[in-house]
Amino acid sequence: MALKLADYKTDVHNDWCPGCGDFGIVNAIQMALAEMGIERDKAAMFSGIGCSGKTSHFINTYGVHTLHGRVLTFAQGAKIANPEMTVVAVGGDGDGLGIGAGHFVAAGRRNVDMTYIIFDNGVYGLTKGQASPTLKLGEKTKSLPSPNTNSNVNPIGLAVASGFTFVARGYSYDVRHLKDLIIQAVNHKGLSFLDVLQPCPTYNDLNTRDWYAGTDLVEEAQQRHSRIYKLEEQGFEPVVHYDSEAEVNEKLSQALIKSLEWGNKIPIGVFYKNALVSPYTQRLQDKIPNYLENPPAKQNISKNGHPITDISKILDSLEV
Amino acid sequence: MMSVSPVDFTWLIGGPQGSGVESGANVFSKVCAEMGYQVFGKREFYSNIKGEHSYFTVRVADKIIHSNVNDVTLMVSFDAETIFRHFDEVASNGGIIYDSELENVDTGKVHTLDAPFKDRLHNFLESKNKPFTIAGVLELAKEKGVKLFPVSFKSILEKLSEEVGNPKLRGLVRMYNVLGVSLSLGLIKMPADSLLNSIDNIFAKKPQIAEINKQAANFSYAHATNNFQDFSYELTGTQKEPGTILVQGFQGTALGKMACGCRMQPYYPITPASDESVFLESNEILEIIDDRPGSTAVVQTEDEICAMGMTIGAALTGTRSATCTSGPGFALMTEMLGWAGINEVPVVITNYQRSGPSTGLPTRHGQDDLLFAVFAGHGDFPKIVYASGDIEESFYDTGNCFNYAEIFQVPVIHMMDKFHASSVITCKRFDPQKISINRGKLLEKVDDGYRRFEFTDDGVSPRSRLGMDNGIFWNTGDESDEYGHISEDPILRVKMMDKRMSRLDLILKEIPQSDQAISFGVEEHTIISWGSAKGPILDAIDMLKKEGILIGFVQLKLMHPFPGEYVSSLLKDVKTIIDIEANHSGQLGKLFKQNVQRDIDYFILKYSGRAMTSTEVYDSLKKIVENKADKREVLMHGA
Repeated sequence: MALKLADYKTDVHNDWCPGCGDFGIVNAIQMALAEMGIERDKAAMFSGIGCSGKTSHFINTYGVHTLHGRVLTFAQGAKIANPEMTVVAVGGDGDGLGIGAGHFVAAGRRNVDMTYIIFDNGVYGLTKGQASPTLKLGEKTKSLPSPNTNSNVNPIGLAVASGFTFVARGYSYDVRHLKDLIIQAVNHKGLSFLDVLQPCPTYNDLNTRDWYAGTDLVEEAQQRHSRIYKLEEQGFEPVVHYDSEAEVNEKLSQALIKSLEWGNKIPIGVFYKNALVSPYTQRLQDKIPNYLENPPAKQNISKNGHPITDISKILDSLEV
Repeated sequence: MMSVSPVDFTWLIGGPQGSGVESGANVFSKVCAEMGYQVFGKREFYSNIKGEHSYFTVRVADKIIHSNVNDVTLMVSFDAETIFRHFDEVASNGGIIYDSELENVDTGKVHTLDAPFKDRLHNFLESKNKPFTIAGVLELAKEKGVKLFPVSFKSILEKLSEEVGNPKLRGLVRMYNVLGVSLSLGLIKMPADSLLNSIDNIFAKKPQIAEINKQAANFSYAHATNNFQDFSYELTGTQKEPGTILVQGFQGTALGKMACGCRMQPYYPITPASDESVFLESNEILEIIDDRPGSTAVVQTEDEICAMGMTIGAALTGTRSATCTSGPGFALMTEMLGWAGINEVPVVITNYQRSGPSTGLPTRHGQDDLLFAVFAGHGDFPKIVYASGDIEESFYDTGNCFNYAEIFQVPVIHMMDKFHASSVITCKRFDPQKISINRGKLLEKVDDGYRRFEFTDDGVSPRSRLGMDNGIFWNTGDESDEYGHISEDPILRVKMMDKRMSRLDLILKEIPQSDQAISFGVEEHTIISWGSAKGPILDAIDMLKKEGILIGFVQLKLMHPFPGEYVSSLLKDVKTIIDIEANHSGQLGKLFKQNVQRDIDYFILKYSGRAMTSTEVYDSLKKIVENKADKREVLMHGA
């Protein structure tokens, strides 16, 4: 029986603020799962801490709501132990790029075949609006006593530099586009990263839905225009097609340069995609020849309550 | 010359880190074990890659031994530092093989001698009216009755080089360790065949290097036989106990993990724990009886937090998974330990303790983290802290730890330590069939309406795993309902807390008492202890028994939840309770007081970073029996 969108929703009460950008993201994830027809019990949503951390409770697959900054560690462990699972990790920008930045970088080096979505809103919402790692130096959102004294981190640039092999940005109010990006990210063989711009209606009074929509921008034509534009509509070519240093460097550099665009023109879409880098599971398979067909989670370990692992050769070598 | 029976012989080899002290000791241990002797070896080293002083003490006996002793019977050194640091440990009828080229070296020339040690040595030598030279300290040894066996390592290599016509050998100082071992074995008349076999084994993949080493071994073995005389000890071999293995400390838990089905081990490098993970990865492909090969996914992570997160993630898929760390790394894992606790995830953390606090003495021994392990994590949640007393135990205990984790659905902290990790011992070959595998309420299939945290009579819910048909569940570090969704309802909160915490009583009820604590006999004076202090204690009470002094000993294994009632019943007739452990505050004593409501009468503690010897435990116990002891005896032996 084909699964419908409703099958991926739980009946858990959603307590996000009215108008929260997070709704668009959770809808997009559910739509993507339904469109891909992924079996509910073969998918696991991992989440961090904060408003975005509740996401896993709203999606009717396996859901693992972990700890602040640590979502990637749990998710990678599960995927390595059971590579048949579709694994999606989500979290806020404070979660993933503040306390979790070390894991973010290390995950890039590993390239485990899974997807990481950051709900990027510039503030720590659940603790009442402190500055998060993507808020820019000198900006003052509603509940900050004084302007931000830290510079911001560039999530796309950091992902590209860390080795993520699919790097994209979405906008939570463009749900269809976001859904398509999620499908591409999940289908990508390797670690995919989605930076999702997500207005926090309660604490971020700078990067609001209206701001992204460009209501403040009145050009000569007296017409407002959205700040957001799509890379694919500008002919941006993010894919590494062949495994040469020059090709990889070119695609990495243009992604980094694109990621620096902000202000009146904010690109969304795929910045970088390189399917030629081996995913971690393949790296394990290269040294453990039957790892993918007999991964840790599938192995028999006992018969009649006793071990079936034969360690006698090692014991023989220790015998005197 | 006489053959001493029973054999109880301690050999010490020392040298700069990186000079082959450890491989030399491995050859010596292997030869002794192959000649039928029981071996107890221990490595001491600085937190350093090359140059600082390291040494290996190998005790060899013709009966089962569990520890080192203070007295060294034969010391072999190829550098000055070893002599300066250890000459005083050599017993009066023992011997020192040393490089005669070093006789004029004074302490000022040995830059790795640190100031506190040098001051102590200078004061001592001044009081004895001796110069601060190798000749000076050797004179003292000689006056004590130690036999000196000078040999020029340089001229041995020169002569050997001439004899075999290989000029490259002349300056090959990295062969000094083989020379030292061979001189020692020649001196004690250990048959040479075993030495040559052992070299062949070690260099199995490098036959040319094996050949050169064998030439050097033969040559120096003969040198000792021809030139060294009047040594009181001969070790010519004894009846070999069949089924004996020579095993390194970390191999007990590693082999236990392989056997009992641990299939994933994420870890972050830390001394003295990483050897275990590296050994697992070196043997990552596993033979499975009547089935295709299995494997262990060993993943080196970016930090211990990730190691713990991955371990939990893997455990959620139904994989038996573990991590291995030491105090500083375990400290980083504690937030996640609570997550595993509230989510009832079976994971095993093998904790090879070392000296704290902070970085402490990173390569030295300490049973420093018992209280930390017992109380690790914020909030109340059930966990098990289980401690192994020796390497042989650690193999079987590893199997138990995974069973406990799955039966009770709790994190299990398996306490090991640096003394275990850097010991090399002979023991009975491990028998994997003595390990049972019990996966508790892990489901094979799930019916509709599954609730991961369902309330049940025994407080343990049936466990699904990620990827199982119909087995969908949610986890959260928040308090949750039976499905695993967040709930802040006060009534549900109480029920959930009660459900989880009831596990502690269940654990005490279900784990057999013989696995909670082991009584080696209860006497008027009885020791309580845990972990690696077991070995020195067993040997010390054996020494006292020979003098007609009986001391009881109860070894705690289940440290949390603490089997207070059982231990209390074991000790009800005991007059004097002696707590022995390798930390400053007597941590077991504190747990004991809390759970048994009884005071410790005497503490024997060691926190110098060096493992206890049976000699010093014996000395303190004797003082206690004779009523001459301080309430707190602090042990100091070891360089």
